[in-house]
Amino acid sequence: MAGFKISRRRVLAGSAFLLASTALPSIGWTQAKKGGRLVVAADSEPRNLNPAIVASNGVFFVASKVVEPLAEASFDGEGGLEPRLATSWEGSEDGLTVTFKLREGVTWHDGKPFTSADVAFSALNVWKPLQNLGRVVFKNLEAVETPDEHTAVFKFSKPTPLQLIKNALPALTSVVPKHVYEGKDIAENPANNAPVGTGPFKFAEHKPGEYYRLERNDKYWGESEPQLDEIIYRVLPDRAAAAGALEAEEIQLAAFSAVPLADLERISKVPGIRVITEGYEALTYQLVVEINHRRKELADLKVRQAIAHAIDKDFVVKTIFLGYAKPATGIVPQNDKQFYTPDVATYGFDVAKANALLDEAGYPKKDDGKRFALKLLPAPYFNETKQFGDYLRQALAAVGIDAELVNNDSAAHQKAVYTDHAFDIAIAPPVFRGDPAISTTILVQSGIPDGVPFSNQGGYKNDALDALIAKAAETLDPAARIELYKEFQKKVAADLPLINVAEWGFITVARDTVKNVSNNPRWAVSNWADTYVET
Amino acid sequence: MNRALRLLRRRLIGSIPVLLIVIVGSFLLLEAAPGDAVDAYVASVGGDAGMIEALRQSWGLDASPMTRLAAYLWALLHLDLGHSVAFSRPVLDVVLERLPNTLLLMGAATALSFALGTALGILAGARPGSARDRLLSIGSLALYAVPGFWLALVLTIVFSVELRWLPLSGMETIASGKTGFARALDIARHMVLPVTSLGLIYLALYLRMMRAGMAEVWRMDFTLAARARGIGRRRIVLRHVARNALLPLVTMLGLQSAQMLGGSVVIESVFSVPGLGRLAQEAVGSRDTPLLIGIILVSAVLVIVINLLVDIAYAALDPRVGANEANA
Repeated sequence: MAGFKISRRRVLAGSAFLLASTALPSIGWTQAKKGGRLVVAADSEPRNLNPAIVASNGVFFVASKVVEPLAEASFDGEGGLEPRLATSWEGSEDGLTVTFKLREGVTWHDGKPFTSADVAFSALNVWKPLQNLGRVVFKNLEAVETPDEHTAVFKFSKPTPLQLIKNALPALTSVVPKHVYEGKDIAENPANNAPVGTGPFKFAEHKPGEYYRLERNDKYWGESEPQLDEIIYRVLPDRAAAAGALEAEEIQLAAFSAVPLADLERISKVPGIRVITEGYEALTYQLVVEINHRRKELADLKVRQAIAHAIDKDFVVKTIFLGYAKPATGIVPQNDKQFYTPDVATYGFDVAKANALLDEAGYPKKDDGKRFALKLLPAPYFNETKQFGDYLRQALAAVGIDAELVNNDSAAHQKAVYTDHAFDIAIAPPVFRGDPAISTTILVQSGIPDGVPFSNQGGYKNDALDALIAKAAETLDPAARIELYKEFQKKVAADLPLINVAEWGFITVARDTVKNVSNNPRWAVSNWADTYVET
Repeated sequence: MNRALRLLRRRLIGSIPVLLIVIVGSFLLLEAAPGDAVDAYVASVGGDAGMIEALRQSWGLDASPMTRLAAYLWALLHLDLGHSVAFSRPVLDVVLERLPNTLLLMGAATALSFALGTALGILAGARPGSARDRLLSIGSLALYAVPGFWLALVLTIVFSVELRWLPLSGMETIASGKTGFARALDIARHMVLPVTSLGLIYLALYLRMMRAGMAEVWRMDFTLAARARGIGRRRIVLRHVARNALLPLVTMLGLQSAQMLGGSVVIESVFSVPGLGRLAQEAVGSRDTPLLIGIILVSAVLVIVINLLVDIAYAALDPRVGANEANA
């Protein structure tokens, strides 16, 4: 009763649709059909759904539709970015100031206007002090001036490269409403589990263990957006269930490889379902062998080189990732367009060379054919990291290194590797987030306190590399900064503080009826404003 | 009724030491597992040293284990089950939200396996050693041997993916706006496959027990006497043999209830039913001690209550039990 409204516009649109459907039957005037409900699979329910505090893909997957960043990653936008809440950004010569012009006419889901005060509050009270990634990137942010309602001027205490800030915009700058958070405990605010934002969808409800429901924001600033009426995230903890749910049409899309790689070949043949590998270009995961340099054998470069030569990266890509990955050449992934250089030392698969290097290093094979023993801890977060653990054990056995596999759950792995350093080699899946300074340099930098996940906890210290990282952090000229990071990649490949094995994006499996899927490099964690379901 | 209340009180008082051991035991076990709740959390989101320290402080994990255990027990004395760190909500809310789902799933599955198992057991036990008996015994054993997840997956592929007769997973149609009878019907449709998967597995327990009990009763003198008196076979099977073989099954039902409340992690995961089993698994994974102990406590109290009900049912089925109870 209440939902049945006739407006002039709808009648017009309806008659236009009728006209078009008779005039252009072959084109299929589906664009005119707005709305629809998209049901997708979710495998986890984050404890805190506030993307300004927890910048992680699990949170973004749901929250990025509700809370928007200043800019989003884009395949063809200028500098790889597409404006969201900010319309332009400009850095000063001295690198101490970045000025953002903000979008006008934007309102929060509760009806209050969005202004520069919200950006200033988010930056100073949330991103800088509380956010897992922002604590690093915004550590020198001193103040945010708001000369008018639509201008925010970031003031840094030390020169900060605009390039870094730009690369950080999609993931690190989710803006939350000041009026909801001010004066209360931000970390425990109830809005962290029912976010209020400016995005194309409003947070409607969360039934723990069952689903999240987002509904259309009719007052969204984007023209004729969003297209969908509703997005539902069904919690499907069992990975085999996602494939079945797609086939039974109970869900229409499964992102982040919710459908296991082994099922992809079969499901790609099901009519009406397609397998999509695009849309994760800015979320590249890296398969890395972490090395504890406190072990005297592993402190020897020759031993590390031997381990690198013992790994058949092509085999790993083909057998473990079933081809849905690429062999890595270094610490920056190949699909990064700004920083990547292939011009680094490489370590081809060569068992004879690995054996020779180990002999040279002074660790000959003993009578039992073994040189020394190592403790190997694969991260439990992905099937692939666990499987690579099994592979690496065999690859090392082939060169006389006896690796003992220790399998832990998440909490135990986190403590063993990153706090207690009770490992010799570990397998980690760090993420490259568009700029080496966000989450990549800390993988090799020294002086990081114990307990920090995905950081150098292997006791590696290289003064030249540390100096290079420090210099790049304050180099303002983009070209010069890129050169420094190319140098950084060379040094890492030459000295092997860790070994990069492969890099992968995730897979989306969707029904053909879902349109505008994977049309930006962070699609799964972007706002889905233009996505729709054809009916 | 008065007797039942006395029994209840005695049972509850008697179970306090058991509950205490369970609480301290689970606490120490989780304490001994490497990594704490903050480790589990930062493993999924990352963070720097300052954030980790702040989290430990705000989640109260910086105190010594004994201090935390004492604080927990003190709060428990005030009937406060504490705060779940993984869910950032009161433990009681989280547990009570899932409890009805588990009760429904496992209650229905137990009822199915009990009813069907007993009925088939009577069929098998009516003529022990016959071809029908062998067929039923072998069939139920085969079902018992099948891994739960496999049976569940096969059922979903056949009935949800291929035939599309039944929904694949979940408790009910999401955000359907259904109420009353329509909603109950919707939930029932969703429960068919998980209940069948679980029920078929436990069916064998009741079938075998019923059959074995009946085979024994057949040899007893009173059965012979009944036959000699020329009572019809059907009447002997139902009134004399089956009824006397039924008692051990009721005991079994009480024992099974403990297992039932633990939930079935596998079935709950495959059918994405948000129940206690999955919750307990998540609590262990996230090292959420208050939540895990909360689940165990709520389950323990329910098991005590169910066993009490079984005892009362016993008295109804067998007058001798009631007489003994009165003397005890």
